[in-house]
Amino acid sequence: MKTKEDIRFNVIGHIVMAILTFNALIPIVLMIISSLTDNAALMKNGYSFFPEKLSLYAYKWIFAFNGGMVIRAYGISFFITIVGTVISVLLTIGLAYGLSKRDLPGKGFFTFYVVFTMLFNGGLVPTYINYTNVFHLKDTIFALIIPNLLMNAFNVLLMKSYFVSGVPYEIIEAAYIDGATEFQTLSKVVTPLAKPIIATVAMFAGISYWNDWNNGYIYLVQRTDLFSIQNLLNRLMQNINALTQNASDIANANSGLAEIPSVTVRMAIATLGILPIIVVYPFVQKSFVKGITLGGVKG
Amino acid sequence: MSKSSIAKKGSSTLNRKRFKRYIPVYLLMFPGLLYLFINNYMPLPGLIVAFKQYNARKGIYGSPWAGLSNFAYLFQTNDAWLITRNTILYNVAFIIINTVLAITVAILLSEMWGKVKNFYQSAILLPHLISSVIIGYLVFAFFSVENGFVNNFILEKLGIEAISWYSEPKYWPFIIVFVSSWKAIGYNCIIYLSTLLGFDRSFYESAMIDGATKWQQIKYITLPLLKPTVIMLTLMAVGRIFYSDFGLFYQVPMNQGALYPTTQTIDTYVYRGLLQLGNISMSAAAGVYQSIIGFAMILGANMLVRKLDKESALW
Repeated sequence: MKTKEDIRFNVIGHIVMAILTFNALIPIVLMIISSLTDNAALMKNGYSFFPEKLSLYAYKWIFAFNGGMVIRAYGISFFITIVGTVISVLLTIGLAYGLSKRDLPGKGFFTFYVVFTMLFNGGLVPTYINYTNVFHLKDTIFALIIPNLLMNAFNVLLMKSYFVSGVPYEIIEAAYIDGATEFQTLSKVVTPLAKPIIATVAMFAGISYWNDWNNGYIYLVQRTDLFSIQNLLNRLMQNINALTQNASDIANANSGLAEIPSVTVRMAIATLGILPIIVVYPFVQKSFVKGITLGGVKG
Repeated sequence: MSKSSIAKKGSSTLNRKRFKRYIPVYLLMFPGLLYLFINNYMPLPGLIVAFKQYNARKGIYGSPWAGLSNFAYLFQTNDAWLITRNTILYNVAFIIINTVLAITVAILLSEMWGKVKNFYQSAILLPHLISSVIIGYLVFAFFSVENGFVNNFILEKLGIEAISWYSEPKYWPFIIVFVSSWKAIGYNCIIYLSTLLGFDRSFYESAMIDGATKWQQIKYITLPLLKPTVIMLTLMAVGRIFYSDFGLFYQVPMNQGALYPTTQTIDTYVYRGLLQLGNISMSAAAGVYQSIIGFAMILGANMLVRKLDKESALW
């Protein structure tokens, strides 16, 4: 039964939510429209939702004329996202499976070993020295995949608690008694039952790989050809800043990039950077929400 | 042989058997454990670089000791105070504003009917999935001095002179807090919404029979029931008060030196020290300062959470 008050509350709710939705989407809309605006019109009138003149020039620039570097960066983004996500999920499943075993000898130690990484870390400087001096990751593609992103304790604990609550102990014991090896139990019994959480963890990992710009910024110094799309966007913006701050820095700022593309081209690259997320989002939104809820307070 | 020693012997062979049975499990766990070792444990001894006068050629262990001089230097400058103040104040603002917003939105959504509420929820979560580099671009589209939407359309229409946003630190606390809410609201409201939907509807039904208004229901039923969740989430956030979202503070102000007074946090300071200034020892000292106080805050917050509700504690 809907009372008058319910309706009034709902109207207010719709108004507030409509404003927030507008707020959430409008910057993205502005970005897409600017990428389709004629560059001269944009320079003259500024960023606008109703541009004077539309143009596909920015996309032509990327795909037909000069965009080799953009397309390459795009390919690298896809590569690290796919490879990184697959490895990340496998590592997380393996470790979470072990921690979910009730009577695993040393379980307390291993759990602490994992949790501790959430509480204390060496921070940027020691990590940087470790990866550059010991593992020589600088200027390699591994620098985009390995540091910090490959696996994290949060996802391990998330998956572990799903294994404990969502996969009945009796089924695992039954598989053991039937003579299944641990590997068979994990791949044939546990994994199919844990599909929702695997999807969630895969998505968390996938998004952090796609959006990462940090690793490339820290570890790719000379090999700008290994830049992901985010690194490329970051570098473009830095160059522009350097130009506006200090004109004599041009040569320095341009290292690795032949020229600075126009505003609309930059907006087109940024649009391409968001595109895969917008395309995939409707399909993964549910498991994403589920993951956040599961992580809940522990987040 | 006494009974207990037999039992002991029995259990130790059982343990060995169990251990043998689990060898394949250890193998499955091994790659993950190894990764954590490489990524999280191996760098730890490197923390001593904060106590050294770092020389890249000599490496961490070969560099001469500097005692506490890196820390002394850090705290003598104004920087230590500035980055601590910024980090903490921003976090306090985020905790208060984002919590209030998230609860408001969660309550509104929970009372709504119709499919459109799913659309709202998806839309406000979307900013959470955008990389901070691109968020920097979006903010730039609004605040760029020459072409920005705010200067060109809003201020011009109002007859206000264009503002040079990227060289005026005073505006940035508002912009940063706004961007942070923009990014976090969808994420935070999900947790509150799922808590809200779990409440026993009979409370509300009996309140309605007693003639309670919507506002009274929210004030006397919903908010008190939400209190434990709010306390938990807030304590967890307080535990992280010494850390900041690096991408937000680095990308959104476009790394502009003029904005450092209001946008520099511990994380961006460490980063700039390492990569732009090449002052590794000082940067490491700031990092150690953050790690240690951050660790103490997390331990303290978790201890409080454990006292209130054991289930919600991190460990």
